[in-house]
Amino acid sequence: MTSAVGLHQITKQFGTFTALSDVSFEIADNEFFTLLGPSGCGKTTLLRMIAGFEAASAGRIDLYGTPIGALPPDKRPVNTVFQNYALFPHMDVAQNIGFGLSMLGWAKADVTARVAQMLGMVQLEAFAHRKPHALSGGQQQRVALARAMAPRPKVLLLDEPLSALDLKLRQGMRAELKRLQRETGITFVFVTHDQEEALAMSDRIAVMSAGKVQQIGTPEEIYQAPENRFVADFIGETNLIPATVSGNEAGLVCQMSGGTSVHAMATGTPPVGAQGMLSIRPEALQLGRKPSGGDQLEGTLQGLTYLGTDTQFEVALATGQSVQVRQQNTAPSGQMPAPGDPVFVSITPGTARFLVT
Amino acid sequence: MSARPFNLRRYAGFFPLTLLCLVILYAPLLVVMVYSFNDGRSITVWQGVSLRWYVDVFAGPEAEKFKLAAWNSLSIAVMAAVTATMIATAASLAMVRGGAFRGKSASFALISLPIMVPEIVTAVATLIFFSAIGFKLGTLSILVAHIVFCIPFAYLPIAARLSGIEASFEEAAQDLYASRWQTFRHVLMPILWPGILSGFLLAFIISLDDFIITNFVKGAGVETLPTAIFGSVKQGIKPNIMALSTLLLLVSILLVTLSYILGRTGQPTKSD
Amino acid sequence: MAAGIGSGRTVSSTFQPLRTWLLLPSWLIIGFFLVLPVLLMLVYSFLTKEFRGGVIWQPTLAAYDQFLFDRGLFGDDPPKIEWTYITIFARSIAQALGATLLCLLIGFPTAFFIATRPERTKAIWLLLITTPYWVNLLIRTVSLKFLIRENGPLNEGLLAIGVIAEPLALINTNFAVQLGLFYSYLPFMVLPIYAAVERYNFALSEAASDLYAPKWVILRRIVIPVVRPGIIAGCILVFVPSLGAFLAPDLLGGAKTFMIGSLIEEQFKGNAGNWPFGAAASIILLSLVLLALLVYARTQKDTRA
Repeated sequence: MTSAVGLHQITKQFGTFTALSDVSFEIADNEFFTLLGPSGCGKTTLLRMIAGFEAASAGRIDLYGTPIGALPPDKRPVNTVFQNYALFPHMDVAQNIGFGLSMLGWAKADVTARVAQMLGMVQLEAFAHRKPHALSGGQQQRVALARAMAPRPKVLLLDEPLSALDLKLRQGMRAELKRLQRETGITFVFVTHDQEEALAMSDRIAVMSAGKVQQIGTPEEIYQAPENRFVADFIGETNLIPATVSGNEAGLVCQMSGGTSVHAMATGTPPVGAQGMLSIRPEALQLGRKPSGGDQLEGTLQGLTYLGTDTQFEVALATGQSVQVRQQNTAPSGQMPAPGDPVFVSITPGTARFLVT
Repeated sequence: MSARPFNLRRYAGFFPLTLLCLVILYAPLLVVMVYSFNDGRSITVWQGVSLRWYVDVFAGPEAEKFKLAAWNSLSIAVMAAVTATMIATAASLAMVRGGAFRGKSASFALISLPIMVPEIVTAVATLIFFSAIGFKLGTLSILVAHIVFCIPFAYLPIAARLSGIEASFEEAAQDLYASRWQTFRHVLMPILWPGILSGFLLAFIISLDDFIITNFVKGAGVETLPTAIFGSVKQGIKPNIMALSTLLLLVSILLVTLSYILGRTGQPTKSD
Repeated sequence: MAAGIGSGRTVSSTFQPLRTWLLLPSWLIIGFFLVLPVLLMLVYSFLTKEFRGGVIWQPTLAAYDQFLFDRGLFGDDPPKIEWTYITIFARSIAQALGATLLCLLIGFPTAFFIATRPERTKAIWLLLITTPYWVNLLIRTVSLKFLIRENGPLNEGLLAIGVIAEPLALINTNFAVQLGLFYSYLPFMVLPIYAAVERYNFALSEAASDLYAPKWVILRRIVIPVVRPGIIAGCILVFVPSLGAFLAPDLLGGAKTFMIGSLIEEQFKGNAGNWPFGAAASIILLSLVLLALLVYARTQKDTRA
C-alpha cells in the first residue's frame, strides 16, 4: 500500500488543552478515509493540520513520503472542501472554480477548459455565471467540490461537507462523493460526526475521541468488532453488560454479574478473571416465550416501542440489568408479548463482544 | 391611556419625546439653512429670498480666505483619511485575525486612546510635543495630528466588518495556492471594501470637522475651514457664514448618506 | 475546534503570523504622536513658565500650587485655598452632569422608541438621529447660537405667537451650554441604549405583566435594570467629552459659564499664556476622565459577571 498521508506522533496543544495526543496512522493512496468522532475529539484539528492551517505542537506529517509540516497551505498539493463551503461571494461559480488554477499560474485558456470540465463533472454547466448566494445549498456544495478538485490535488480534504444539507440531499451526495472518489482516484480524507455517513462511504474509518484514535478499520470491522467500549457505544446502538472472563480455552466464556455465562469474541485473548463489558447489539438478540438452546438470558418485558420496520423491546434481566432487543416486524400482526410477561432473550452465536476497556 | 394597553413595547410619551429630540437636533440646522437665503444684510430681519450670500461665499471679500481654508481642509482630510485608513486596516487584520496574543488588549487600548483622551488634552499635548522637538507648526503638523485621531474612527467600521467575515475565505484562498498578498488582494479586499470605505469616510469627516486640535497646532497664518469660520463668528454671525455652513452641511449629509448606502451593500458575509 | 473550519471563526492562519508587523504602524504613530506627547505634557506641568509662552527647564510645583493656593500678589502671603480654578472644574463637572442628565431624559425614551420600531423603519430613525452628528460641530453650535440668541428666530417666533412677552434669556446661560452639549453628544447616549434595548427580551416584560406589574413599574423594575449597562455606557460617552468641551461653552456661554476647555485654551494663546499651568490643568482633566472610564470599566465588568 502506498501511503498518501502519514501521521507520526502528532500532538497539538491549545494552551493547556490537548487537542491531539500522540496520533499516528497512515492513509493509503486512492483511499476514502474518514475521521469520525464526536465534536471536540480533534478530527477537524487533524484535518486542518494536513491542510496547513494549524501547525502540530509535535510530530511529523508526510505527504507521499515527503514531510510537509513546514509548508504553508498554498504550497501543499492538497485542497479542502470547507464545512460552509467558503465560496468567494464576490466571484461567480466559474471564477470560484478557476481561482486555484489562476493562482497556480495556469494559462487562461487552460483554466477555461478545466473549469468547463469541472462544471460538467458536477453538472452545473448552466450556472457558470451565477454568484454563490444565488445557488441552493446542494449546488454550493458541488461548486465547493469542483473548486477543490480542479487543481487535481493529491489529497482532497473534506470537513463535514454534508452537514449543512438536508437529509434527502445528504443521502444523494453520499453516493455522488463516493462515485467521484472512485472515478478520480483522488485520496479523500473526510471528517464527520455522522456515523451513518462514515459507514456508508468509507473504505476505512478512524474513530477518534478526546484527541486519540480509538480504532481504525473498515466499516464492517468498526461496527462488528469494536475494540473498546467507546467505539461500541459510539457506533450504532449496543447493550453493555458488565462481565468477567471465566474461560478462554475453546473460545471465550464470560460470566455476567447474575451468574449467566455466555460465549463471546474479543480482540486478543483476555486472561481468565479479566473484568470488562459485554457488548451485544440489539439486533443480535431474539425474544422468545420459551427457553431455547444456546446462550440466553432470562427476564421480564418492561416495555416496547413500535418503529415501523422494527419493534424495540426493553427487557429487565433477573440481575437488574436492562437490555434492548430489536426485532423485525415480519408477521402482519403477530402476537406481541405484553409488558410484564416473562421472556427469554437468546444471543445470535458469534455476535457478543467482550471489551476490556 | 394607550390604545393598546397590552403592548409592553409602547410607553405613552416616548414618541413625543422622540419628536422633540428630532426638533432640537434639526431646528437650528433648518433655521440656518433658511436664513442663508435671506436677502438682507441683517441676519435678523427677513427680506426675501436670494442667493446673494452664496455668491458672496465664492466672490465676496472673504472668498479668498475661505477658498484657501477649504483647500487646506480638503487636502489635509484626504491625506489624513487615506493614511489613517491604511494603518487601521493593517491594525484590524492583526486584531481580528490574530487570535489571542499578549498585548492584544493593550493594543486595543492604544488604538482607542485618541477617542478616549479629551480633544483639548490631545491638542495641548501635541502642541507641547511639536514645540519641544522643534517641529514647525503648519499644514504638516495639522496633518500628523489628524492622522493620529483619525485612526480609531477608521478602525472601528473596518474591524466590525472584518469580524463578520469568516476566516475560511482566506483559508480557502490559501488552500487554492494564493499567497498572502494574493489572498488579501483577490479575496479579502473585495469582501472587506465597504468597511474600508466607510472607515475612510468616517476618518475624512472627522478630519474635516476638527476644530480644537487644529486650532492648537495650525500655527500662525494657516487656516482650515473650521478655524476660519470660528474666526469670523467671533466677530458675530454674518449671513455669508450661514451660506457657507449650509454648503458644508450638505457635504456632510451627502457623505453620511453615501456611507450609509455603502454599509448596506452586502451585509457582512457569512458563507452559507 | 471540531466546530469545523468554516463556522464563524475569525482567526486565520493567513494573517496571524504577521500580526506584529501589522500592528507596528499603529503602535509607532499613536505611541510617538500621542502617548509620548501626553507624557511630555506631564513633565511640562512640573516646569517653570516662560512669560511669552513655553517653559524654562526648571522643576517646580508652581503650576499645581497656583491651581490650589492663593499666595497673594507677590507670592509671600500665607497660602489660602484658591477657589477660582476649583470652581471652574466643579462648574465643568456640574455642566457635564447636567448635559448628561438632559441627554438621558430625552435619549432614553428616544432609544427605546426606536428600538421597538419594526425592522424596516428602525434604520431610518437611527439615521435621522445620527445624521446631525456628522455635521460639523462648529456649524451646529453656531446654528444653535443663531437660533436661541436674544433676538433670534426662536424668541421672535415665540413673541410673535404670544407665548412669551419678553425674549427668553437663553444665550450665555448654563442651560444654553447644557443644550449645546446635549446637541453635540446626543447620539452617544442614544446608540448604546438603543443597542441594549434591542437585545432586551420582551418576554421579561410579559412575565412581569403576568405577575401583576403595571407598565411603568415594569419599566422601572425590569427594563431599566436589564439595560443598565447601555445606560451607563451612554452616560460615560456623553459625560467625558462634555467635561473637556470647548466650543459649546465658548460660543453659547458667557463669563459665568467658563469651563475647563476655555481655561486650558487661554493658557496657550498669546503672551498671557502659562504653559505649565495649562499642562497641569490638562493633566487634572485627563485624570478625571480616566477615573470616569475606570468606574465605567468596573461597572461593565460587574454586570457581565
